Amino acid sequence: MSTRKSLVVIGNGMVGHRFVQAAIERGLTETFDITVVGEEPRPAYDRVALTSFFDVGAEQLSFLPSGAYDDPRVRLVLDVPVAAIDRDTKSIALGTGEVVSYDIAVLATGAAPFVPPVPGKDLDNVFVYRTIEDLEAIREASGTARAGAVIGGGLLGLEAANALHQLGIETHVVEMAPRLMAVQVDDAGGATLKRHIESLGLSVHTGVMTERIEGTDTVTGLRFQDHDAALPVDLVVFSAGIRPRDQLARDCGLDVAERGGVLVDEKLRTSDPAIHAIGECAAVAGRMYGLVAPGYQMAEIVADTLVNEASAAVFEGADMSTKLKLLGVDVASFGDAFATTEGALELVFADAVAGVYKKLVVSSEGDRLLGGILVGDASAYGVLRPMVSSGMALPDNPEELILPAAREGGAARIGMPDEAVVCSCNNISKGSICDTIDAEGCADLPCVKACTRAGTVCGSCVPIVKNLLAERLEAAGKTVSKGICEHFDLTRQELFDVIAVHGFQRFDDIVTAHGRGRGCDVCKPAVASILASQFNGHVLDRTTANLQDTNDAYLANIQRNGTYSVVPRIPGGEITADKLIVIGEVARDFDLYTKITGGQRIDLLGARVEQLPQIWRRLVDAGFESGHAYGKSLRTVKSCVGSSWCRFGVQDSVQMAIDLELRYRGLRSPHKLKGGVSGCARECAEARGKDFGVIATEKGWNLYVCGNGGAIPAHAQLLASDLTGAELVRYLDRFLMYYIRTADRLQRTSTWLGTIDGGLDRVREIVVEDTLGLGAELEAEMARHVDSYFDEWKGTLEDEEKLSRFVSFVNAPDVPDPSISFGTSRGQISPAVAGGPVSLGTSIPVGAPAAAEVGAR
Amino acid sequence: MTGPDPQVDARWEPICPFEVLEVERGATALAHGHAVAIFRTHDDAVFALGNHDPFAGASVLARGIVGTRGDIPFVASPMHKHAFDLRTGQCLDDDDVHVPSYDVRVVAGIVEVGPRRVVA
Repeated sequence: MSTRKSLVVIGNGMVGHRFVQAAIERGLTETFDITVVGEEPRPAYDRVALTSFFDVGAEQLSFLPSGAYDDPRVRLVLDVPVAAIDRDTKSIALGTGEVVSYDIAVLATGAAPFVPPVPGKDLDNVFVYRTIEDLEAIREASGTARAGAVIGGGLLGLEAANALHQLGIETHVVEMAPRLMAVQVDDAGGATLKRHIESLGLSVHTGVMTERIEGTDTVTGLRFQDHDAALPVDLVVFSAGIRPRDQLARDCGLDVAERGGVLVDEKLRTSDPAIHAIGECAAVAGRMYGLVAPGYQMAEIVADTLVNEASAAVFEGADMSTKLKLLGVDVASFGDAFATTEGALELVFADAVAGVYKKLVVSSEGDRLLGGILVGDASAYGVLRPMVSSGMALPDNPEELILPAAREGGAARIGMPDEAVVCSCNNISKGSICDTIDAEGCADLPCVKACTRAGTVCGSCVPIVKNLLAERLEAAGKTVSKGICEHFDLTRQELFDVIAVHGFQRFDDIVTAHGRGRGCDVCKPAVASILASQFNGHVLDRTTANLQDTNDAYLANIQRNGTYSVVPRIPGGEITADKLIVIGEVARDFDLYTKITGGQRIDLLGARVEQLPQIWRRLVDAGFESGHAYGKSLRTVKSCVGSSWCRFGVQDSVQMAIDLELRYRGLRSPHKLKGGVSGCARECAEARGKDFGVIATEKGWNLYVCGNGGAIPAHAQLLASDLTGAELVRYLDRFLMYYIRTADRLQRTSTWLGTIDGGLDRVREIVVEDTLGLGAELEAEMARHVDSYFDEWKGTLEDEEKLSRFVSFVNAPDVPDPSISFGTSRGQISPAVAGGPVSLGTSIPVGAPAAAEVGAR
Repeated sequence: MTGPDPQVDARWEPICPFEVLEVERGATALAHGHAVAIFRTHDDAVFALGNHDPFAGASVLARGIVGTRGDIPFVASPMHKHAFDLRTGQCLDDDDVHVPSYDVRVVAGIVEVGPRRVVA
């Protein structure tokens, strides 16, 4: 008989999922088989980001895109409700009739939307806002709806209103209280928020009570108390709060709280010690917590306790602070936002023109921060909230914390105590972040995020985490030089700006003016890349040739035995038979190893350095040009066959891929760039695995950015939808140039995105909304690149000076390097393994060192 | 054929005119039956190392980037960027590794590679 125990988790929402994750991480599956029962048809997803479902789709929201936990001892049962819990037999009956016995059960059933008993609530086109299925139904109904109303102007109600607004229907927000987000913000904050939302074209009705929903079968309007006219809408979404789902617990006789929720103690144990409850269904000492962060804390505590009975972890209440972006408006509320503490004082900054409202609540002595409200600009949240939780002393001029001049990230200046919670989503303190930075030797932000999980949920604490990292590095005596190497104290971005401002074109001038020493293999290629991005000269020009990295230096990719590979450009992967034959002939004549690449072109490997010009002469004569496979530059734009042939295609993806590849060819950038264009949503070009991906829609093109395959795969994210070809090119021009300007060296777009405060939203503001007013400048820079493009291999073949470097030996230019030899594998050449330096003997004829023979300069 | 330097000294092998060497770049030469990487630095000093990168097992050092680490002139192998001191062939990333270094001189405008140096 098995000695393994059984753990059943009821519910696969965010908190249930977090518990399973924690259980796996802590090794609970060493002793338990875990059965997870979820009622929804799909595994856990990010409900907090539900509104983005219309943009990104279900897969992007999913926490388990593979549909299973990667631990075979965890079984995930989806689309099945739990019918009953039998505490006597310690078993759980599923809706399918299956019975699962348990040693431990964890209730994570969450909450259900509260629908008040308003007449008409059962009409067609009345919805709630909780699951992906709800959103799908709303989207379906919005196809024929003209106007919709959201009943409830709280946090979720505004999310729902955002969804309706996105669906393109006239949107009304109906709130009983005199202001929006009554739980989080005060009257002045609510008014600021209301103005923002109205300026977006939504209608806000506060202080009104819905009497009934009108209509016979389906909704036709909303009738308010004390109002004569009905509001004509044909769709209603209820978002009037949530109620814990505690019915299973009630049915099996567990204690429940007076106001609903499964009653649990500080260890999250119900009245039955074999059953725990976590998340929104749980009421800790009678209180329910309707946010995800406390739910995550509960999940971690139960996982800790089950692994180690002696665990001291207990739930001591939660920070109900909130920061979010609603309809593009920052809103944050933290601590004692309503100044209920005796003697509390308020300090307010309001700028009605800019739509900014900030309030600090301070203690009667004015020495401690108790809470606050931020609307329109919540950048100070990351600094302010930890000041509340740590109870640290306020600086002398606390108003500076909210005045517009106050910049983010005064963490160092303010001296936060170790126990201050920095990342409230994952409950990670300053002390623990600092310890991890020291222990793991983190040197950059992505490493800190990976090691601590801080800043990985809502991202609002990222500026603080960044500062903490800088502090720790400084404390550890590591120079916090952000310089790219010992020769420059400048970051790549600063170097880029210095070169742009001064118009430097020579490394010597740059290192003399802004650096020291003679440079190295880090700064020289970085400068070479920046010069190429800005001036687009030939990389092998006299002033830049000796800066080029390994592959750029010979316009080819070096291979393990010192030979090179050759990749001609095949735009969009489209090639004629004649050109294919030329490639075949070249490969045959030079005995090159041939392989099809992932970027829809052909790699010819095993070329000796002195063969490169001969090979390229043949290719250029046949109409080929450099494919820049060797450069940190645009590689390929991959495409599917598109609408001209494919019966599913809705746009000509091949033409678009060719256009984009020809537009951006030769564009030097911080790292390589790959693109893809798919002709329909089937995405055969795998465009979302690229730095920029374009997917055809019925109406135009969707643009996705910052995807990556490779070691850290990332799906590209939607930047803008249904674009015309011209809009697409404009946004791509801006996006690529902004990346080239601001990324670190060797930073792909997906990691670059992770370092941008504000992430994709920020990129969208800059690229699409043009809030910085940079658009025209970025487009002009790209236009300059496009206009000045030339084929650098053709340019090399036309220039004796450039050709002179393509020799095996300076004093024996035609002698093949004898240390290179080949074997045969699968009918083609393969590099022979070299044991050590090859003695070349004295029989090799060495040319006389006459200037004429090696090319005088 | 003979070089422009009339002095016949088998220990010194003439390679190429100094002017052919580009500043802060390497050139591969055949000298004494070996592939030798010859470098000209910013101050017009000339250095010669064995061209074989012992980490990569390929004859490529001359194709690396030339620069300084502190005050040390070095070349970074194009293969995996291991740094070698141009003066001695000592690997700057691994104390136990070095590549051969050669005496080198410029006589009458011609670069000559001399005997392989003995490591002290």
